Amino acid sequence: MKRLLFASLVSLAVTSGVQAQSLRFGFNEDVDVLDPTLSRGFTTRMIFSALCDKLIDISPDLKFTPQLATSWSWSDDNLSLTLKLRPNVVFHDGEPFNAEAVKYSIERHQSMTGSQRKAELGPLKSVEAVDSLTVKLNLSAPFVPLVGYLSDRAGMMVSPKAARELGDKFTTAPVCAGPFKFKERVAQDRIVVDKFDKYWNKDNIHLDQIVFRTLPDPTVRLANLRSGQLDLIERIAPIDVAGVKSEGRFAVEENTELGWNGLLYNVGAGEKAKGPMGSDPRIREAFELSIDRDGLVQAMSKGQYTPGNQWVSPSNAYYDKQLPIQKRDIAKAKALLAAAGKPNPVVTLVTPTQTETVQFAQIIQAMTRDAGFDVKIQATEFATALDITQKGDFEMFTYFWSGRTDPDGNIYNFTACNAPLNIGKYCNPDVDASLQAARRTADPEARRKAWAQAAALILKDRPMLFAFHRKYFWGRKKEMKNFVAYPDGLVRFTNLKLN
Amino acid sequence: MTRFLLQRIGLMIPTIFFVSVIVFSLQQLLPGDPALTMAGDEASPALIAEIRAKYHLDDPLLVRYGKWVAGIAQGDLGISLRTQQTVVQLLTQKIPVTLELATLAMIIALTFGISMGILAAISRGGPMDYVARCIALFGISMPAFWLGILFILLFAVKWRILPASGYVPLTENPLENLRSMIMPATVLGLAVSGVIMRHTRSAMLQVLSNDYVRTARAKGLSETTVIFVHALRNAALPVITLGALEFGQLLSGTVLTETVFSMPGFGKLVVDAVFNRDYAVVQGAVLCTAVVFLLLNLFADLAYAAVNPRLRGR
Repeated sequence: MKRLLFASLVSLAVTSGVQAQSLRFGFNEDVDVLDPTLSRGFTTRMIFSALCDKLIDISPDLKFTPQLATSWSWSDDNLSLTLKLRPNVVFHDGEPFNAEAVKYSIERHQSMTGSQRKAELGPLKSVEAVDSLTVKLNLSAPFVPLVGYLSDRAGMMVSPKAARELGDKFTTAPVCAGPFKFKERVAQDRIVVDKFDKYWNKDNIHLDQIVFRTLPDPTVRLANLRSGQLDLIERIAPIDVAGVKSEGRFAVEENTELGWNGLLYNVGAGEKAKGPMGSDPRIREAFELSIDRDGLVQAMSKGQYTPGNQWVSPSNAYYDKQLPIQKRDIAKAKALLAAAGKPNPVVTLVTPTQTETVQFAQIIQAMTRDAGFDVKIQATEFATALDITQKGDFEMFTYFWSGRTDPDGNIYNFTACNAPLNIGKYCNPDVDASLQAARRTADPEARRKAWAQAAALILKDRPMLFAFHRKYFWGRKKEMKNFVAYPDGLVRFTNLKLN
Repeated sequence: MTRFLLQRIGLMIPTIFFVSVIVFSLQQLLPGDPALTMAGDEASPALIAEIRAKYHLDDPLLVRYGKWVAGIAQGDLGISLRTQQTVVQLLTQKIPVTLELATLAMIIALTFGISMGILAAISRGGPMDYVARCIALFGISMPAFWLGILFILLFAVKWRILPASGYVPLTENPLENLRSMIMPATVLGLAVSGVIMRHTRSAMLQVLSNDYVRTARAKGLSETTVIFVHALRNAALPVITLGALEFGQLLSGTVLTETVFSMPGFGKLVVDAVFNRDYAVVQGAVLCTAVVFLLLNLFADLAYAAVNPRLRGR
């Protein structure tokens, strides 16, 4: 009896000595719909990273790694993708994760009204549950980028039972198979998630709770880290990075983003395409030659961003080194403008009102003035900007793209004829053929070749201007352990410890 | 008095109806399409059409207005296009925060504003008058955003005596609630106290020059009685009006302070809803603000009657 009492006391002392690990994480914008099928916002993916496991994940060096699927393989004709599923996985409501659940989730992505995933699943024809832990995705045409999309929201699995029962209200209490389960949401303020005790990898989850807090202003977000209100923040302003590092109390983690930032030209959408920018590639070349990309990233980020001229950054395996960044050449730019008969083109640059896009537009305006351009900036809030671009009521538009794991997601929709993000209505059948070729093959070398062909054409036609690639900066308490910076900008909570 | 009250309440109904028509029609003039904003730039025309149909965005204006009003009658203000939460749920999350913030700010503003105003008036032209006016000017001219960040840096980052952000509900932990509210309420209250101080000062100066004040003094009443019983009571009328209006402003105009201190309040909800073309939220929030303004006006009228007996019989 005494022994039992002693054991109980020891166990009580040990239990009370272990403090609950609650991570307070501040990010920069409010999340939208907490449903992987309907969601669009970047920060919502942060929450999903805790709530909803995907079939496939990525490694920090951008390789596809198993998550809910343990392995996958393409058929010889690349018309079907077979995935082997992880056994003994359950959703937050206790329902089993199996081939039927995968079939339900993917079909839901395809058929739900307002689904943002339908286009990402491309030519997916049917989902077949081969056995309880094997799923076969059948396509009507080869679409290798599917693996990349399955490593993002299209690969997130929801509990069929909860999705059926909750219907439109699923977003108020999402049920997935991630390491944390939904607890509460106060719009524009916080989302709280609790550790899921039946998570398949629970031994590597050391946090008991995560409180996601929305703090849109970077100065305020940083002040909250400094005051101890937060343990981790995302997207530190580049200007603050050196200061945070020098304090010694915090560590700054960084990784170059998957996407690109630059301009889209209107080359074929209505009347505005007939202006100097849209009608003459020489003027677009002159515009690009008048930009000093090194100076641009210096001004925007104290040199921390990466200058770029393609849809992937120069460090990416698919960057074409045969097409390096052109140096600034004002003399050549002026000569091109003279040859085009427009020594002083007046052009309007539409830009959303976010701080960085406006700053980018202003730097571009100043740099191109040296070559003779007169750039008028039209800053407008997001909803109006969307309207303007959809109607083709623009000559140039600043565009910041967060990027996708498969490079196809960074270029196809922007340049293929009639693709949804091709707002400038560029269309070159040869470019389409090269981009399609890269979609059809899983062989990296063949894909590199196809994209190199597309790059040569796109960089000559210039329907868009790639200027630089941003970096994600996270600030964290120094005591935090096992934080790994991923290029998709999302935090993985597995292995993460507060101290 | 009852008749007066009934009359005022009777007038509120057509006013609310008028506001609902104005809000509903004005937001249709905003550039941008809510379906497109919700679908995003990657969306296909089919997806945009799907969303438009799902939320009845292509119904005629009158039909949509009718549905909205019918919903209100059943306590349903619609669903947020952006978050899919009900507008009622959003408003009930936000209103207590902003109401508490505005009330605390108003208490700070009235305490500082009225006492400084009285002090400035009775020492007109003296050093106290100048000090009070300088403080008022400081309060009015300091941008809330800047002052808020300054407060955070001092009280949260440097001295670590107050939390930098966040809101703890009163019912959860009253002390933490107060700690989280002090900085934002002071920032808001300081700005309003400047305005109240100036109005109190000028109203008091006017009242103090009246004959009845001279008579009160001649009767040998103490200066405290003259100031607080005779002068302040009469000077209070314009200050009450101003207070009610400022309180209304605080309820809807706290967005900058809410952003800096990350308070999940009403102001931020409205601004974000406008930017996201989240029509149901904008409509619900504006209607709610209008009702609150009308109620505040009613309270101000009742307060007049309480302060000034001559108004009670009317």
